[in-house]
Amino acid sequence: MSVANLSYRAVFSLVLKRDLTIAMRHKDDIINPLLFFVIVVTLFPLGIGPESQILSRIAPGIIWVAALLSTLLSLDRLFKSDHSDGSLEQMLLSPQPVFILVLAKIVAHWLITGLPLILIAPLLAVLLHLNEQSYSALILTLLLGTPVLSLLGAIGVALTVGIKKGGVLLSLLVLPLYIPVLIFATSAIDTAALGLPYSGQLAIIAALFFGSLTLAPFAVAAALKVSTN
Amino acid sequence: MSANLAANTEPALISASNLTCIREERLLFDQLTVEVNAGDIVQVEGPNGSGKTSLLRILAGLSQPYEGDIFYKDQLITQSREEFHQNLLYLGHLPGVKGEMTAQENLNFNLTLHGLHINASEIEKTLAEVNLTGFEDSLASHLSAGQHRRISLARLYKSTADIWILDEPFTAIDKQGVQSLEQLFKAHIKQGGCIILTTHQDLLTFSPAQVKKITLDYMGE
Repeated sequence: MSVANLSYRAVFSLVLKRDLTIAMRHKDDIINPLLFFVIVVTLFPLGIGPESQILSRIAPGIIWVAALLSTLLSLDRLFKSDHSDGSLEQMLLSPQPVFILVLAKIVAHWLITGLPLILIAPLLAVLLHLNEQSYSALILTLLLGTPVLSLLGAIGVALTVGIKKGGVLLSLLVLPLYIPVLIFATSAIDTAALGLPYSGQLAIIAALFFGSLTLAPFAVAAALKVSTN
Repeated sequence: MSANLAANTEPALISASNLTCIREERLLFDQLTVEVNAGDIVQVEGPNGSGKTSLLRILAGLSQPYEGDIFYKDQLITQSREEFHQNLLYLGHLPGVKGEMTAQENLNFNLTLHGLHINASEIEKTLAEVNLTGFEDSLASHLSAGQHRRISLARLYKSTADIWILDEPFTAIDKQGVQSLEQLFKAHIKQGGCIILTTHQDLLTFSPAQVKKITLDYMGE
């Protein structure tokens, strides 16, 4: 037995592994948001009708709005169960820097909910007759955009985790923050459909990604301290 | 109302001055001074709702007091967070055990997070100390509340921290378990650690003179 200071990387992988193990044993967490995503997207052709022109026009918006909502649905699991069984307290009281723990949890959340979404999105794009030129734009915006959703969402969850019925409040807090991602992502996909370069929009989403990647963990750590007070 | 416990030349392991705590517009304690030195066992007493848990959470740095400061070896705990947490073991009301992980995984995670590396056979031995032999590989969700508490208490047997803050450690623990815990407390104090705990039971194997008490019975106006 030895007492040693863990490196940041060791702490990160310890928490990441723990969260992934829990998710693999509790598969609802992975499957439910994904099913929700699929069902919301398939409802639109049923409601609007099968005309490919209309569908391909609104496809980027539908896929992205559904992605926002399904992320929102899964956000609760980030800290809620840890808060209610006391493991969050133990993490905050560990000698490890809180932002590393938080970052690991957010990355785990993205791997569990964001990545499956990206994998299934091309299939749903076929369903919505998305323009063929737009596929790479769709995947790229999702790759850069869904981590932003997890990162920004984590701030909202951290703020509302101590509240009994924080669900509605969470969506009111978080959805407005998602608007920039939504605007630039759909605009990139639309631009790609016209055969024009969309690197400008991608660059802005990338900037949002790196901005939130570096700042959100600190905000979440501070918010968690307030919530457990 | 104060509990000035000892005057010593060594800096107190944990001390607090002028602590005031207000919850839901109710004053729980006012101008409370606490000093805990190596070798002290301190029992926080008081009726339900008198602020025992609040006091322990404030001392651990989980909650902020309305007024007052907490010091670890004469340094503000907000300024020496990592050293303080390295030397602190806090077990609250909630056991901090994940139902989706086995007893072994839970203990291993909690120890590793606090910087302790222990191999699998020692984990098994530690779980045996708290009477969980045979449950090492059971998912915690299949275990009882008392067994959850035992998983979290198992950390005490491997802890290298000097300061133990324990909120109702005997809840859901059977008589035999309580006895072995008290033996553990004795050994810890002998080694120069300190313990701050709340419990509604009396500590049986300690003489009343050994246990220092903080009584919270402030009935705010």
